[in-house]
Amino acid sequence: MNYETVIGLEVHAELSTASKIYCGCPNEFGGETNTHCCPICTGMPGVLPVLNKKVVDYAIKAGLATNCEITKIGKQDRKNYFYPDLPKAYQTSQFDLPICKNGHVDIEVNGVKKTIGITRIHIEEDAGKLLHDASGGNTLVDYNRCGVPLIEIVSEPDMRSPEEAREFLETLKSILEYTGVSDCKMQEGSLRCDVNVSIRPVGQKEFGTRTEMKNVNSFRAAFRAIEYEVKRQTIELEMGNLITQETRRWDDEKSASYSMRSKEEAHDYRYFPEPDLVTIAIDDAWVAAVKETLPELPNARKERYIKEFNLSEYDASQITSSIHLANFLENCVALGANAKSVNNWILSDISRLVNEKNLEQSEIPFTPEQLAKLIKLIEDGTISNTAGKKVVEELFENPRDPEIIVKEKGLVQISDEGALLKIVTEIIENNPQSVADYKAGKDKAIGFLVGQTMRATKGQGNPQLLNKLVKEELDKR
Amino acid sequence: MELYKLTAHELSSMLHKKEVTSVEITKSVLERIENVEKSVEGYITLTPEFALETAQAVDNKISKNQDLMPLEGIPMAIKDNICTNGIKTTCASKILENFVPPYDAFVTSKLKGINAPIIGKLNMDEFAMGSSNENSYFKKTKNPYDLNRVPGGSSGGSAASVSSDMAVYSLGSDTGGSIRQPASFCGVVGMKPTYGMVSRYGLIAFASSLDQIGSLTKDVTDCALVLNTITGHDALDSTSVKITPPDYTKALENNVKGLKIGVPEEYLGDGINSSVKNAILKAIEVYAKLGATVEYFTMSASRYALPAYYIISSAEASSNLARYDGIKYGYRTDNFKDLNDLYKQTRSEGFGAEVKRRIMLGTYALSSGYYDAYYKKAQQVRTVIRNDFENAFNKFDVILTPTAPTTAFKIGEKTTDPLQMYLEDICTVSINIAGLPAMSIPCGFDEIGLPIGMQLIGKAFDETTILKAGYTFEQNTDFHKVRPGL
Repeated sequence: MNYETVIGLEVHAELSTASKIYCGCPNEFGGETNTHCCPICTGMPGVLPVLNKKVVDYAIKAGLATNCEITKIGKQDRKNYFYPDLPKAYQTSQFDLPICKNGHVDIEVNGVKKTIGITRIHIEEDAGKLLHDASGGNTLVDYNRCGVPLIEIVSEPDMRSPEEAREFLETLKSILEYTGVSDCKMQEGSLRCDVNVSIRPVGQKEFGTRTEMKNVNSFRAAFRAIEYEVKRQTIELEMGNLITQETRRWDDEKSASYSMRSKEEAHDYRYFPEPDLVTIAIDDAWVAAVKETLPELPNARKERYIKEFNLSEYDASQITSSIHLANFLENCVALGANAKSVNNWILSDISRLVNEKNLEQSEIPFTPEQLAKLIKLIEDGTISNTAGKKVVEELFENPRDPEIIVKEKGLVQISDEGALLKIVTEIIENNPQSVADYKAGKDKAIGFLVGQTMRATKGQGNPQLLNKLVKEELDKR
Repeated sequence: MELYKLTAHELSSMLHKKEVTSVEITKSVLERIENVEKSVEGYITLTPEFALETAQAVDNKISKNQDLMPLEGIPMAIKDNICTNGIKTTCASKILENFVPPYDAFVTSKLKGINAPIIGKLNMDEFAMGSSNENSYFKKTKNPYDLNRVPGGSSGGSAASVSSDMAVYSLGSDTGGSIRQPASFCGVVGMKPTYGMVSRYGLIAFASSLDQIGSLTKDVTDCALVLNTITGHDALDSTSVKITPPDYTKALENNVKGLKIGVPEEYLGDGINSSVKNAILKAIEVYAKLGATVEYFTMSASRYALPAYYIISSAEASSNLARYDGIKYGYRTDNFKDLNDLYKQTRSEGFGAEVKRRIMLGTYALSSGYYDAYYKKAQQVRTVIRNDFENAFNKFDVILTPTAPTTAFKIGEKTTDPLQMYLEDICTVSINIAGLPAMSIPCGFDEIGLPIGMQLIGKAFDETTILKAGYTFEQNTDFHKVRPGL
């Protein structure tokens, strides 16, 4: 039987506020264990939370950027459960009155446009981290992350393939980055997601039984976890079994998921209104003030790049998917570089190296000035495109003025026609067979001869010039 | 002269006139503790060094002719659920037996700000759950009027220490009557201010939407002075109101002419002990003679107040007390198999029976499938009770009721029947549910000489009117001058 996949996502994003959600502790990643905490975020007896207004600002911002309605009255609730990383034994979250609801995000997969609904966006606090001390067999707790503000974005079950889920995540990430709501550093865990998957026979209206997958720490993991889960559920159904509603844990190393708890074992979180906090009243003026701060969003920027920079729709959408890459491009263009060339460099060599070196897109180690200069060196013929690739690699290793790199590495292109001609004549004389081939109409021989001259110049010969000279010399014979 | 017998305002004026030093007063109170604490057992922790150091600092100010604030240098004590930096704060629980907070409660900072010589931390029912102080893990505080009887609760230590002159005044907390009922049992003045008037920061939570810090004093004048010290906005408590409190001593006026007093009939019906009822009727006569108008009325929703209170308070408590899990601070069991067992054993061993009962009650009330029938329904009752009071205060300036249905009962008398114990709160819980201010003041004695208290309830943020009514009653009666014969 053919099945249709149904996917819904719950995305947690850590907000980029300066301080935590209910106390004045710094909201910074890392730090020595248990140094970014105080009696409030560690849930000492008698302390009280005070909501950081910026957290609501950021949630509203995320809501506006995803076409949500903003609530007039928001409420915070306690979600009760015991775990050592949760010192109060409840997480302050939102139950029935989230800050935002009923929004949507537009995605495009293989040229097909689609709208994915956003059910809600609510604010909540993060928990600490458990550290397992391998030698002593003890578990230690780091409370630094306790009280770091989060938004949870819950999507409608509108996605039908792992590709759509990945595209939704990419789009959401770029929106959160553009708005400055979250830095979305996956490696630091500032963006995490839970994946809900079910399958149903094609044509059936009712949803199948879904499972929820936790511990999905990258978009790649989300993609693979969904693929795995669809396969697993298909096999179960094909074997005549029922799908159990359960929470599963994704193990990325083993590329498999394992059952954590069934519906019967699910926690009863006993949500109830947080009595230590007052209701959040959001008036039109507040929403309007946040709206003022909304920057140009990815889609708008894409359209502008197509118009202003003459980029293709594909290129524009690629480069604008990351605010860091898009800003890098704009900075280069502002320095006089050609947008298309910059775009090509960023999307090809630079993106490849960012990935290879496990960097975030915000962590390109060199400046737009340096890239702009490199492009200029290529355009004025000082170096070849191939040499340019070497310079980019060097910029990742030890960023400095490309001119200096070119000199140090001897990458300057030879455009002296006299010098090149000498080499060309020599190569042609040493390869009579190729000359004969050319005369016999085999144009391929030119390529071989140009290649030989390039080798003889150690790759520094100006390729256009070499090409021209080889052709001229051959035609003379 | 036996300085410890005096009120705070009497001592304060002597200090200002340099007739006495703060160290002399503090030593007098410490000597009194030396003599009667073994009978009353009001304190969990004593901090005489801190008290004397502070008193000395005040005396140094006096010798330099620096101005003193009211209540500066007057020794006092604090209920052991209010955090004191560097001083154990146990909530009378095994689970916090050795807990020393690294921070002060808002009120503690305020008291330190007026150089209050803090003598110690007072006994209470564990986590403020109880009406007799019999739920303390450490000791049973006795009623100074009869050592075989309870002082009331949960602020039993706070009431008994003031009643027996072991503190000039004290702070307590009131979630459903925990200041007023012991004040009534021990013959002192107990004030629960409007919810939001005193910051809860540093008060170890029992039921956050009901808890309120207040005072226990020897008379109404002292009550006004303490209110002046502890009220005011606190940015660290989201439920703290942003209003500038008035000078409460301005309310101390001997005049109730034209004051409209309402008496809800339900509070004088079945279940109210006859001597309590008689004392209240006499108090009503006093007010009538002084020119107040007194009118009876009905508050039909009040019978739902007690069940609603026990559901809301237990639900919040079940969550507030979840943090005592043996992980970060407090008691941890020695024997456990795994994480769940660590939680289970720690909490089984660390909490007393009443606390466990409330945690289970509250957990049940919040459970999926029962939430609507219990917690949600109780919140609806809360709205109805608030409206009832609002309507009543359209007609009246003050509502007058007994504080407790009985006088102090014998130790052990009600411990076997929790429901009997819960009925002790029948006159007081609605006030917390509605978030209103209320004060208990002495208004008589029963046939065996035990104190009776009357409760004066005011509009939200109108502590002034009940202070005025209470002060006038005091000026025209002598009940507040009686002290137990210890």
